[in-house]
Amino acid sequence: MQMKANLKDVRVKRRGKTILGPITCDLDPAGITIVLGPNGAGKTTFLKVLHGVERLSGGDVSWNVSDEQARRAQAYVFQSPIMLRRTVRQNLAYPLQLIATPKPQIATRVASWAAKTGLTDALDVSAPRLSGGEKQKLALGRALIRDPKVVFLDEPCANLDGRSTREIEALLMKATADGTHIIMTTHNLGQAKRLADNVIFLLDGQIHDRGPAPAFFAKPRSPQAQAFLEGDIVE
Amino acid sequence: MTDIWAGLASAFWLVVSLDADLVDITLRSLQVSLTALLIASLIALPFGTWLAIRRFRFRRATIAALNALMGLPPVVVGLIVYLLLSRSGPFGVLGLLFTPTAMIIAQVIIITPLIASITHQAMRELWAEYHDLLISLNTSNWQRIRTLIFDGRRALLTASLAGFGRAIGEVGAIMIVGGNIDQATRVLTTAIALETGKGDFALALGLGFVLIALALLVNFAIHVLSRTEREGRW
Ligand SMILES: Nc1ncnc2c1ncn2[C@@H]1O[C@H](COP(=O)(O)OP(=O)(O)OP(=O)(O)O)[C@@H](O)[C@H]1O
Ligand SMILES: [Mg+2]
Repeated sequence: MQMKANLKDVRVKRRGKTILGPITCDLDPAGITIVLGPNGAGKTTFLKVLHGVERLSGGDVSWNVSDEQARRAQAYVFQSPIMLRRTVRQNLAYPLQLIATPKPQIATRVASWAAKTGLTDALDVSAPRLSGGEKQKLALGRALIRDPKVVFLDEPCANLDGRSTREIEALLMKATADGTHIIMTTHNLGQAKRLADNVIFLLDGQIHDRGPAPAFFAKPRSPQAQAFLEGDIVE
Repeated sequence: MTDIWAGLASAFWLVVSLDADLVDITLRSLQVSLTALLIASLIALPFGTWLAIRRFRFRRATIAALNALMGLPPVVVGLIVYLLLSRSGPFGVLGLLFTPTAMIIAQVIIITPLIASITHQAMRELWAEYHDLLISLNTSNWQRIRTLIFDGRRALLTASLAGFGRAIGEVGAIMIVGGNIDQATRVLTTAIALETGKGDFALALGLGFVLIALALLVNFAIHVLSRTEREGRW
């Protein structure tokens, strides 16, 4: 089933300042949706709101399935990867253990995802000891290992070199081809153009512009989005 | 001065020759304190962890109460347990007063708040680190507690160690509820108090050696344990 979200007058306030919203929109995140915007625009907050882990100050987010089902069908990769103080192998196995997957199945899935993320040689290394890029790959593998319907990725390639970025992008394309919806942020416009099916442009906690990728990149509707795409400083 | 030297020499002998009384008392001490440690850990480790991850109305009050309980004088704990277990007390029918079980109960009351409090502090830090991930993975409360306990096990080992140190060296409470009965409830600390009072410094010092050795041994064991773990896994 397609996962769709509906946001009604969503607001997030922190210390008296509105950092997101009010946002009212329907979201049908088929394929890859890229969330763009300058630092502090509210991209991370937006993703967390959709995932249901950010406390709302007002409004309401609902998926077209029950909250419980929505949660179970989603995964999230945080902007700064969170490593369990365990080995890489145990980190990958963890989400599967939570849902009581049989052991042999865990072992094969872990091996397969370690290979896909290029971490096979690091399986027995303690995860907090990995390099920044390796941590990101591990976080990504750990998110995808449960075959989620929707994955939120907060700058998944921020610390990766060109080759790793290409490998991860291939992995994401493959996941989308298999029916996973991906909602991700990136500051890499080249990557946005390569991957995006849809774009959401955030500025000051508001959705400033959104639409199918080709149209957005060819002719953004708002001058701010235009400036952002041209690499100007948006204010 | 000569008293002390003679005492030291014969104490050394008692230890080396594995004097029957000494071994008996040492084993009882270990039995009481380790049992108390086990029970207290079973309560305090999950409870301290739970306190770290749950927000509820009386959380601050609970933590304050825990810290207050930590400072409870053992003698007073002994007195209260005594009153509860004495023949006219509410649990008098159980006939537990002056048995090792009574001593275990008193020690559990003394060390549980200590272990829970140290656990809470360590787990709060780990929870701050894991919070977003565990929420995102849709974990149940019980799964969160288990994950934190597993990944924070070294801190928990330290908490338990502190509890054991407090239990094995404690004298006031177990003296009152145990009664220091020969062959039944006499343990290292109460025996030292008694022998010192009687002027038998040899046995008192011998027991003292054992007590110190036990404390050092446990510390050392935990140190080695946590180091091998760090090298192997981290
Ligand atoms: N708990 C909080 N308390 C106060 N301000 C907050 C809090 N969380 C976020 N903010 C503010 O909200 C704004 C949006 O934050 P957010 O992390 O969503 O930005 P972002 O678009 O992800 O930025 P970046 O590109 O740098 O990751 C920022 O200005 C940030 O300082
Ligand atoms: Mg961000």
